[in-house]
Amino acid sequence: MQRVPVLKLGDVLIVSIQVDLEDQSVLALQEDLAEAVVAHGAKGVIIDITAVEIVDSFIGRMLATIASMCGMLDAQTVVVGMRPAVAITLVELGLSLNGVRTALNLEKGVALLDHLRSAAS
Amino acid sequence: MSVHADVARRRVEELLRAHEEQAVRRWAEIAKASPEELGEIYQALLSVLDEGRDDFADVRGLLADLSRSRARAGYAPADTARAVFGLKEALYEVVEADTDGVEAARGFIWFSRLIDDLGLFTFETYADAREKIILDQAEQLLELSTPVVKLWENIVAVPLVGTLDSARTQVVMEKLLQTLVDTGAEHAVIDITGVPAVDTQVAQHLLKTVVAARLMGAECIISGIRPQIAHTIVTLGIEFGDIVTKASLADALAHAFRRSGFQVSGGGGAHVAIRAERV
Repeated sequence: MQRVPVLKLGDVLIVSIQVDLEDQSVLALQEDLAEAVVAHGAKGVIIDITAVEIVDSFIGRMLATIASMCGMLDAQTVVVGMRPAVAITLVELGLSLNGVRTALNLEKGVALLDHLRSAAS
Repeated sequence: MSVHADVARRRVEELLRAHEEQAVRRWAEIAKASPEELGEIYQALLSVLDEGRDDFADVRGLLADLSRSRARAGYAPADTARAVFGLKEALYEVVEADTDGVEAARGFIWFSRLIDDLGLFTFETYADAREKIILDQAEQLLELSTPVVKLWENIVAVPLVGTLDSARTQVVMEKLLQTLVDTGAEHAVIDITGVPAVDTQVAQHLLKTVVAARLMGAECIISGIRPQIAHTIVTLGIEFGDIVTKASLADALAHAFRRSGFQVSGGGGAHVAIRAERV
């Protein structure tokens, strides 16, 4: 099983998914991420799925779960770099990922987190 | 083929060959076509019959040409078929004058069936050509009708014109999402001024597009909702939820400007346009 690395940048955690996700690695990622958020006191999480070409309903739900989990731990989650084909697939699956923030790329994701934080404070 | 039929068929072939000139001339009169063109078909038909083949590929090829050229010249397909059927009439006159009436009449039935087939073939060619044109046009329409235009830095617009069906929505959606990736635009305006009617299905398609764009991190605004359409949407109980809808493209653009932090100055209050003329 491949583990997805969780990178820390300031008080933001960056997860860049570079491999085709298996269910096991997704579950592991959820645990790792929750631990990392608590350990580092992160205020934001960015999940980069630029390299993800195939999604199923499980992964779609995983993104929503991670977002609400991190929300409980007071960290805003932004999903960035979703490909058109992936977006269409998720819509066709009926998953609109309500409550998950999205941005076109990593740069815009970081900007969005900054904006959210300055709006909150 | 029975012996009788074979004899009859040979008799017709003989007649066709013997009275070629007369038959072609009469045929051309009936069909109101040039004797050269019909003579060529006649020759091809004769050579096929000569060799005793049942393969009319050459004749069909010539007939297809005839059908096409006549279609281009504005003839109805029925006219072309009727022109081909004219050969029956032309031959009938020959058969009538023939001394060995019974054999020739029996052969005429066979020949008549053959000409019917060939006549219908021209009709088929015509229908096929039409079908191809329609398919090509549908494809072109699909490509043409979905431009994604850049309105401003970070703002793109999709002016939709015509009825939205699943196939078109798919094309629009893919094109819009790809543009979002390519340009990094954060706001997309879907303008439905040119959509004649919005029913639940069209609304469903629109919603899908908006949600997909949102998943990619772009905000969608639906604009160009005419009063009747607003009425229909409400009557049908379609919920657009938290999707921003505006009456006109201008309103949508203003909204997008506000959201991306642009400020437009110079507006506000009624103003009168004056055309300054230099002397």
